Amino acid sequence: MSEIRLETQGLSRHFGALVAVQGVDFKLGVGARHALIGPNGAGKTTFINLLTGVLPATRGRVLLSGRDISATVQAERVKLGIARTFQINRLFRGLSVLENVCMAVAERVGTAGAMFYPAGRRTDIIDESIQLLQTLKLADAARHRVSELPYGRQRLVELAIAIGLRPEVLLLDEPAAGVPSAESHIILDAIEGLPEHIAVLIIEHDMDVVFRFAKRVTVMVSGAIFAEGTPREIEANPQVREVYLGQAGHAATARAHHG
Amino acid sequence: MNAVADIAGIVLGGLAAGTVLFIVSVGLSVTMGLMGFVNLAHGALAMFGGYVIVLSMNRAHFGFGAALALGFVATAALSVVLERMLYRRLYRAGELDQVLFTIGLIFIFIASTIIVVGSETQQLQLPPALSGQFNLGFIQYRAYSIFLIVVGFLIALGIWLTFERSRIGGQIRATVDNRRMAESLGIDVDRLFTITFAFGSGMAGIGGGLGAEFLGLDPQYPLKYLVYFLIAVSVGGLGSVIGVYYASLILGILDFVLTLYLPKGGTIFIYALTILILLARPQGLFGRKGL
Amino acid sequence: MRRHRLRWWEALPWIAGLAFYFAFPDYLGFGCDLLVTILFALSLDLALGYAGIITLGHGAFFGVGAYTVGMLASYNIWTEPITGLLLAAAVAGVIGFLSGLVLLRTTGLTLLMLTLCTMTLLYEAANMAAAYTGGFDGLPSLPISPVFGVFEFNPLYADTQYLFALGVILVCFIFVRILVYSPFGQSLTGIRENVLRMHAIGSPVRRRLIVCYTISAALAGVAGGLSAQTTAFVNLAVLGLDRSATVLIVLILGGYGRLYGAFIGAVVYLALEHFLAQIYPAAWQLGLGIVLVLIALFARNGILGLGETLWQRFGPRRAAP
Repeated sequence: MSEIRLETQGLSRHFGALVAVQGVDFKLGVGARHALIGPNGAGKTTFINLLTGVLPATRGRVLLSGRDISATVQAERVKLGIARTFQINRLFRGLSVLENVCMAVAERVGTAGAMFYPAGRRTDIIDESIQLLQTLKLADAARHRVSELPYGRQRLVELAIAIGLRPEVLLLDEPAAGVPSAESHIILDAIEGLPEHIAVLIIEHDMDVVFRFAKRVTVMVSGAIFAEGTPREIEANPQVREVYLGQAGHAATARAHHG
Repeated sequence: MNAVADIAGIVLGGLAAGTVLFIVSVGLSVTMGLMGFVNLAHGALAMFGGYVIVLSMNRAHFGFGAALALGFVATAALSVVLERMLYRRLYRAGELDQVLFTIGLIFIFIASTIIVVGSETQQLQLPPALSGQFNLGFIQYRAYSIFLIVVGFLIALGIWLTFERSRIGGQIRATVDNRRMAESLGIDVDRLFTITFAFGSGMAGIGGGLGAEFLGLDPQYPLKYLVYFLIAVSVGGLGSVIGVYYASLILGILDFVLTLYLPKGGTIFIYALTILILLARPQGLFGRKGL
Repeated sequence: MRRHRLRWWEALPWIAGLAFYFAFPDYLGFGCDLLVTILFALSLDLALGYAGIITLGHGAFFGVGAYTVGMLASYNIWTEPITGLLLAAAVAGVIGFLSGLVLLRTTGLTLLMLTLCTMTLLYEAANMAAAYTGGFDGLPSLPISPVFGVFEFNPLYADTQYLFALGVILVCFIFVRILVYSPFGQSLTGIRENVLRMHAIGSPVRRRLIVCYTISAALAGVAGGLSAQTTAFVNLAVLGLDRSATVLIVLILGGYGRLYGAFIGAVVYLALEHFLAQIYPAAWQLGLGIVLVLIALFARNGILGLGETLWQRFGPRRAAP
C-alpha cells in the first residue's frame, strides 16, 4: 500500500454497556478502493460516524495524513478533506439539484457565510457545480427540485454533494441502497468515475458491487475487524463465509436471480 | 407551633395545586412521549371536562362523584373524535404545523365556550363533606385540599402500577422508548395512542373539574395555564408518570410560596429554574429520551 | 439562482403603503399597527421561515425593544427616534445573541419550551420591576423627538408616525431581502431543509443559527421600538404570549419562508381582526381557530403558498425557476 491517508488506532465507541465499535485498527491508502462489509448491526455506520466526527470516540485515535484529528469537530474534518454520503438520502428536498450542489461548493470555497451579495452572483460556484452535474449526467435535472427526481438520481445528488467538497477521503454508506436494480448502474458508473487520488471507503451489502469496485475488503463483525484482504481472499476465507457470506451471499444471489 | 402550622399550610396548599396540575398533565406527558406530538390544546380538554363537571352539578344537580364520572367520559369521548378526525392527520407533520393546529383548537374551544356558556367564571359547589376543615392532629386544614392530595396520590400510584405491571403499560413504555422497534414487534401503536389519548384527556377533564375551585374555570383557562402544563411535562420528562408527578408537586409548592410572598413577578424563579433544568437535561428530570 | 433579481410586482406593497396614507387618513393609527406587525412578522420569518428555528417566544425581543425605547423616553434620557430604534435593535440583539448562544443547542419541543420560558421570564422581570416599567399600567405619553428634528409625532393624528414607520420597514425589508438571497441566507435554508447534511458539508451550523437569531432578535427589537414610538405607550402586554402567538399566526397565515408572507398575513389578519373582532369577538376567535386548523391540515404554506399552487396549476406555463 502506498502513502496512508486515513488511519485509526484502537478506535472504540461504547453506548452505555453496548460496545458498537471495538479497538479498530484500520488504514486507508491514497487512492484506495476499499469496501467495508459485515452483517447488520456490525457497527459499520457507527465507524463512519467516528471517522467523520459525528460521534466522539470512547477510546482510540483517528489520523488524517498522519495528523491526529480525534478531537477535531465534524465541520473541521470536512474542511480537512473527509466527505461522506448517507445510507438514507439527506438532501435539501425543497431546493433544486443545482442549489443542493452549490450549497456544498460554497461551503468548501468559504463563501457560504457571506451576507451582502446575492448567492446567484457567484458564477464561479454555479459553473463548477454545473460541471460536476455534467460529469454525473445530472445536468438536465439541474433546475428540478430534488424531491421530483426518481430515487436513483437522488442518490446521485447525494454523491454529487460529497464530490463537490473535493474530498481526499470519501466515505460512501451503502450508496446504492434503495435504488431499483435497473437504476443501480448509474450509481456504480459514477463511483467508478471518481478521481483516482481520492481514498474511497464504501459500505456495501451487495457482493457484486464489492467485487466489481473494491481492491481490498474489510469484514466487520460485532464492532471489531474480523478479516481483511483482497476480495478473492475474503471470498475464499471459510470463517467469513460462515459468519457473513453464507447468509448474505445467498440473499444476494437470490435477489439477482429474482431481479 | 405557629411556624410549623404555617409551613404545613403552605406545603399542603402547594401539594393540592400540584396534584391538580398532575392530574391534568399526566395524559399530555404520555401522549407526547408516545407520538412526539406537540399538543398545546390539552388544557382545552381540561377546560371542557371542567365545564361538564361544574355545569352538571350546578344546573342538572348531579352529585360530585357522578359529575366527575360524566366529565371523564365526556372528555374522553370528545378526545377520541378529535383524535380520529384531526390529530391523526398530523402525526407525521412538523412541529410547526402541530403548534398551529393546536393553537387553532384552543381558539375554537375558547370561542365555543364563550358562545355556548358565556365568559363568566364558573363556581364549583363542593359537597358538604369536603367543604369543611379536616383535623390533621397538629393543624386544621381544608378538607378539600387533603382530599385532592390523597386522590392525586392514589391516581399517580394507579397509573404507575398500570405502567409497570400491565400489558398495555409495557407496550406504552416500549413505544415511548423506541416507536419503530415497538411497531416491528407487532404493537398496534395507533390503537395504543387512541386509548392513551382518550384516557389522558379524561383525566385532564377530571383535573379541570377538581381544580375549578381554586384555579378558577373560565374560557381563557387553556391559555392561562398552558405554560404550567408544558413545564410540568417537559421538566418531568416525556412519558414519565413519576416525573410529571414530582414536577407537578414541586411546581405547585413553588407557585404557592412565590405568589404568597412575592405576588409581583415572583414566579420568575419558576421560569429560571425550568430553563436551567432543561438546559442541563433536555430530556427532563426523569425522561429517558430527548423531547 | 437568479431569484434575487427584483420583479415589477415587488414595488406594489410600497405603492399600496403610500396609497393607504392618502386614501385612509382616518386609519393611520391602524396603519402603524399594521406596519409594526409586518416588521415583527418579517423578523420572525428570518428565524422561523428561513432557518427553521421554531420559537414561541419571539415576543421577548419585541418587548425588549419596546421597553428600551419606552424607558429611555419616559425618563427623558433619549428621545431621538432613529437612534432610539438603533438602541432597541442593539439591546434586543444582545439578548438574542446571549439567549441564542445557550438555547440553540437544543431543538424541537425543548427549544419551544426554552424560548417560551425566556419570554415569560422577561415578562415577570418587567412585572417585578413595575416601579420602573410601569407594570401593566405601562409607561404612557412617551415623549418622542421630531424625526430629523423637523417632523413632529402628533399624538392625536398618526400621519408622521405612519410615514416614519413605512420608511423604517422599507429599510429593514431591503436588509432582510439582501440577507435571504445571500449565500448566508441560502445556508439558513439548508439548515432548515436538512441540518444533518449541513453538518456533513462542513457548515458551522450553530454559529449560523446564532447569527441569524441575533439579527432576527434585533429586527424584532426595532419592531417593538417602533411600536412604542408610534403609540407613545408601552406596557407588559408587549412581552405576553398573546403577541408571540399572534405574530406566529400572522406569518403562517401569509406563508413563511417567503419574504412577502409577513405582508399578506399581517394585512389579512389585522383587517379581519379590526372589523370582525369589534362586532363579535367570539365569532372572530372561532373563525380564526377554524382557519388555523384548516391551514395546518391543508394549506401548510399559507395564503402565498396557496396562490403559488394555483398559479402553477392554472397560470401561464413557464420554465422552472
